[in-house]
Amino acid sequence: MKVGYFPGCSQTGTAKEYDISLRKVVEKLGTSFDEIKDWTCCGATSAHVTNHMLASALAMRNIMLAEQQGLDDIVAPCAACYNRLVVSQHETMTQPALKTEVEAVLDTKLNKEIKVMNLIELFQKIGKEKISENKTFDIKNIKAACYYGCLLVRPSSITHFDDAEQPSSMEELVELAGAKTVDWNYKVECCGAAHTLARRDIVLDLSKKIIDDARDHGANVLVVACPMCHSNLDMRQRAMKRAYPGHKEFPVLFLTELLGLALGMKEKELGIDKHTIEFNYKELAAEKAAV
Amino acid sequence: MKIGVFICHCGENIGRTVDCPRVSKACQWLPGVEVSLDYKYMCSDPGQNMIKDEIRKKKLDAIVVGSCSPHMHEKTFRKAAVDAGINPFLVEIANLREHCSWVHDDIDAATDKAIDLVRMAVEKVKRNQPLTTIEVPVTKRTLVIGGGIAGIQAALDVANAGYEVVLVEKEPSIGGHMSQLSETFPTLDCSQCILTPRMVEVYQHPKIKLMTYSEVEKVEGFIGNFTVTIRKKARHIDESKCTGCGLCTTKCPVKKKAFNSFEENLAYRPAVYVPFPQAVPNIPVIDETVCTYYKTGKCQMCVKVCGREAISFDQQDTLVTEEIGAIIVATGYKLYNIEKKPEGSMIKGYGEYGYGKYKDVVDGLQFERIASASGPTSGEFKRPSDGKEPKKIVFIQCVGSRDDSKGFSYCSKICCMYTAKHAMLYKHKVHDGEAYVFYMDIRSGGKMYEEFVRRAIEEDGVKYIRGRVSKITEKNGKYIVKGEDTLASMPIEIDADMVVLATAMIAQTEASELAQTIGIPYDKYGFYNEAHPKLRPIESTTGGVFLAGACQSPKDIPESVAMASAAAAKAMVLFGSDKLEREPVVAKVNELFCAGCFLCKKVCPYGAVEVKEMKDRNGVVYKEIAYVNEGLCQGCGTCTASCPSKSIELAGFNNEEVFAQIAAL
Repeated sequence: MKVGYFPGCSQTGTAKEYDISLRKVVEKLGTSFDEIKDWTCCGATSAHVTNHMLASALAMRNIMLAEQQGLDDIVAPCAACYNRLVVSQHETMTQPALKTEVEAVLDTKLNKEIKVMNLIELFQKIGKEKISENKTFDIKNIKAACYYGCLLVRPSSITHFDDAEQPSSMEELVELAGAKTVDWNYKVECCGAAHTLARRDIVLDLSKKIIDDARDHGANVLVVACPMCHSNLDMRQRAMKRAYPGHKEFPVLFLTELLGLALGMKEKELGIDKHTIEFNYKELAAEKAAV
Repeated sequence: MKIGVFICHCGENIGRTVDCPRVSKACQWLPGVEVSLDYKYMCSDPGQNMIKDEIRKKKLDAIVVGSCSPHMHEKTFRKAAVDAGINPFLVEIANLREHCSWVHDDIDAATDKAIDLVRMAVEKVKRNQPLTTIEVPVTKRTLVIGGGIAGIQAALDVANAGYEVVLVEKEPSIGGHMSQLSETFPTLDCSQCILTPRMVEVYQHPKIKLMTYSEVEKVEGFIGNFTVTIRKKARHIDESKCTGCGLCTTKCPVKKKAFNSFEENLAYRPAVYVPFPQAVPNIPVIDETVCTYYKTGKCQMCVKVCGREAISFDQQDTLVTEEIGAIIVATGYKLYNIEKKPEGSMIKGYGEYGYGKYKDVVDGLQFERIASASGPTSGEFKRPSDGKEPKKIVFIQCVGSRDDSKGFSYCSKICCMYTAKHAMLYKHKVHDGEAYVFYMDIRSGGKMYEEFVRRAIEEDGVKYIRGRVSKITEKNGKYIVKGEDTLASMPIEIDADMVVLATAMIAQTEASELAQTIGIPYDKYGFYNEAHPKLRPIESTTGGVFLAGACQSPKDIPESVAMASAAAAKAMVLFGSDKLEREPVVAKVNELFCAGCFLCKKVCPYGAVEVKEMKDRNGVVYKEIAYVNEGLCQGCGTCTASCPSKSIELAGFNNEEVFAQIAAL
């Protein structure tokens, strides 16, 4: 099976390990990626808060490329990219005036709707059962708090994906991989997102609440499907320690990394060693045994 | 044919924008018009006398009155015509007020239009046929559907007037939601204390036939002449033998298999049960779905302990047919519970409040049971999860109501009051407790209602916060309620022990099915529609079917009771005479031309079209044609418009009459 791939900027920089682990896991499950050639920015944050037309055109350019490349569906592993592509496509295809304008900018006709998938939808398409079928390593000591963040499930009227307030699709995948999950409160709360640059204090506050709630509900790992969330939750923990003395480090994994572990890959192979907060399954299991 | 035209000024209502003398002068020359006059108030006595005198003097055959809407004074002018010796259906009204003067400014143009309207009416009245009113017999028995407070009140009122009543209730006991309530606003009197005497009165009333655990299955016929089929569900208890001793219910070994719905699922009930101790009738029901006997063929503990041999496992549902003259629908409401809604449901649900996953986040009726002395906690405030006394309760109003994005657009009307009551009852028992209410607006219209809310705030110290709650989360046994205080423009977070959601009042689950069975219209929410929102709030659009209580829209007890008494009065109006008179504006089928396509039967909103067999002299059916039941037909004309062979016509509005009217324009 071949699936179109829109990496987005994070996959090539701050979330390189997300890209590495995603490609490896997908390959292991018997699927290959057809990367959109000459893809550009999805129009996230800076574009869509300043110029609606620019944001729509940037996103639709990538959809256009996918169409020209003959793709029916594409995966955007970054939650922000996913949101921008889905929302822009919906708006463009349902508003004739916008569509005409976007087509004029892109100098092409937009003919077909491309199915844009997020990470979870990708695995649903590949086949969830393939995860359990290909599982070779037991990760039962992981108690994961699955974190969807704000963009993966919203706006629900457009994404039509899972429940916006009480989602459960990620838990399903994590459990199929052999890990345990916890019921917790901050699944869909905001991590602070792009405020990480201008108002770091907000991000530290919000992200700490997420980590604390996960820990309070018995989790030992946070699992995310968004590079922005990951950088706020993982990379900002050092600053969190300075702002909130006594803060204890808490590992944050991409969903693909957790799946990779279950499929028998090593931490280094998956790029987990690139994280700010170290994670090693053996240590986690030993720690758990000691408790 | 001699026609009289009478133009009314309606004071200044018509006279201001329509030059009435010019209209009456212009109409004088219309073909067939014998006399044309105008007058300031045609509906007044002198005005009516003028019409009568002219009819007699000029020997008029028909009249046209240019006045207000026929809804207002058609009857008045028809009566005047009858007094002067003209058939009432030879009176036509040209609506010069609602259709002309009120909606136009230009006097010249409006006057021209008024002349057109009168000319059209003249052309129609020329072709009008004299009609006679239809008389139908009346069965002086009432069916009341629903045994809540509305149904009880309606049944008692009708029965006390001396007419027989059949009261049908789908649950094993009458009492409805009111029997579940702890205290009632704004007086805080105990709900059961005021309700149970009425329930007993119903049970003992010689004129009331009480059928509990029964459902209306089929309604046939028309106003004054309904035939109703009622399914009496198998109780598996012989009602004639059972004394209501309750031994079977206490000895039943099934303990924790079925939730007690009377206790709003806060407790369990055995397989053989009465919903609550004061149930009327006090006869248990065996729940086949959880009874051990029905699963394994063993147990029969109830049979062993029953001294009266009243247990009857093989009892079957029975169908009972009743002849009925009037139907009062009082099926009440259901409380929306916040569990996740299925796909395609109108309600999206409140995932932010946990879809019911938090045990101590309860709805209004559950809180009533917790507050009730007869409830699962014997009236002590204990929260469901661990039985501890909650020291901080947050009440959230408008959950599902007034919410276009996630719930229903309408206001459930009673929640402001019962939330104030809940908070008050809690503060009366837990003195050191804190009660917070999140509200959008406090809607406390009603006698002593606003005072009641003020009392909760000022005397009992309930803290009202204007704003919505965005999320409820659970942490270490506390519920973190995050919301906004919009008056202070600040986010607010309360760590509560318990949360009470004032969820929306919604239509009963099978409300639309029942409406279709009876043949009454309902709105998009499933509430039954009244014939007119202001002037006919009790009647449905189907003759002889009346509405009472919350099945029509959310209502509190006093309103439901008032509506029930009104519905009873409406039924009794029907029983005031032995024959019912009704307008002869009904459709009639031309039997020679009807091809029997039955398109009219498909489009008729009242189910008035029936199939009639045409037989030759040997009694052999040679064709089937449509037949209009005069009792059911409401004269809407949908059938006449749809008939491909124009063989169905509406009396008083036949094709010739209507086309002549159009041609005159």
